[in-house]
Amino acid sequence: MKSLKARNEPIANFSHQIDILEESKEVENIPKFSDKLNVIGLNPLKPTGLEIFQVNVGKMCNQTCEHCHVDAGPDRKEIMTRETMQQCLEVLKDSSFDIVDLTGGAPEMNPHFRWFVEEIRKLGKHVMVRCNLTIILANPKYNDLPEFFRKHKIEVVSSLPFYNPDRTDRQRGKGVFSKSVEALKMLNRVGYGKEGTGLILNLVYNPSGAFLPASQQQLESDFKRVLKKDHDIEFNNLFAITNLPISRFLDYLIKSDNYENYMEKLANAFNPSAAMGVMCRNTLSIGWDGYIFDCDFNQMLDLKVDAPTSQHISNFDTDELLNRNIVTGNHCYGCTAGAGSSCGGTTT
Amino acid sequence: MDKSYYNPEDLKKFGKVGEFQQELADKFFSYYGEVFKDGELSAREKALIALAVAHTVQCPYCIDAYTVGSLEKGATEGQMMEAVHVATAIRGGASLVHGVQMMNKVKEVSM
Repeated sequence: MKSLKARNEPIANFSHQIDILEESKEVENIPKFSDKLNVIGLNPLKPTGLEIFQVNVGKMCNQTCEHCHVDAGPDRKEIMTRETMQQCLEVLKDSSFDIVDLTGGAPEMNPHFRWFVEEIRKLGKHVMVRCNLTIILANPKYNDLPEFFRKHKIEVVSSLPFYNPDRTDRQRGKGVFSKSVEALKMLNRVGYGKEGTGLILNLVYNPSGAFLPASQQQLESDFKRVLKKDHDIEFNNLFAITNLPISRFLDYLIKSDNYENYMEKLANAFNPSAAMGVMCRNTLSIGWDGYIFDCDFNQMLDLKVDAPTSQHISNFDTDELLNRNIVTGNHCYGCTAGAGSSCGGTTT
Repeated sequence: MDKSYYNPEDLKKFGKVGEFQQELADKFFSYYGEVFKDGELSAREKALIALAVAHTVQCPYCIDAYTVGSLEKGATEGQMMEAVHVATAIRGGASLVHGVQMMNKVKEVSM
């Protein structure tokens, strides 16, 4: 499957997606997200700190998942340069950010990935890598990734939509489940997910369709039981994430005639506690070209931070960014529904 | 006038049945909410029971609601289909067990 962009689908266009999210007849009956925030006294939404520095090092990926909000795939050539990475390191050096969260695409496909990880670790920052698992087996040059991660004490966060092949492969592509199992075993072999090693392996669940995630705690228990019994795999925590109506998942919702119901479901499940804890309040997201966003989802809609002189990593003004208004829209209902959703799972 | 007795959009209006009798509707929805909370049975087990009962009473609204409800409680497709088979077995069994009455009657009137 090609990306939406490669297929020249109109929905690959940011402004077209925003029109669908804000102005289409399907969302006429739900209140604007900002109005919901108004009711609970959170509008404009403000940051609580700068703690997580999320970097999208490129849209290139070895997979083309049905729900991908990045519209990533092998045909995406947008890749962060070493120069932009160097600018990120300059910002990180004297910053309050404790955690650097590397994502993509498949971040490991960026040719400067390993250098970047090593430099971030030299700054004493905790590094998380969002590894899609199959990349470890995609090419012999990636087979040593588990050892590289172990050496640098990287936290590995990996998507596994379900503990059986059917749902996983429907979302992530044929054969992905069995390759993911093999990669998880490789990570376990070097100590990831094993008690006492300090090597953290977290999995990410997201629903394989137009419905909300089950209880994170319940799912974690199910995943641990089945993966141990069927494959002798261990991991630390499961993050349950809600699918946001962006890019390929938005395309799926529209084409399957689920869009209106899904938006209503998200809006009806609005949880003020989840709104208090949304990840954009302590996170910044850096795009492959160095532009700064409130989160990875705003990045994919090209909604840059509301900080006129600090929109690019080369002009990073901590005070301005700490005092900015976070840019919101109806897609944000995905982070405030039910138990809440973030790159680290539920937020309540 | 609708041309069909069932309209999927009507499920969204369920909460408005109090328009004609609010007090009883409030009591019903309060009770309903309590029933489906985690108890000695988990919320997932209750959703699967509801799915099976929905097939027994053949309510399309309930089937839609508890198909999604079961998925949102983390049930697998296999568990959901097994729940439907439980309903099917009981419905089929309920017919078949009356075969005993038929046999009794046959024996009563036959030489």
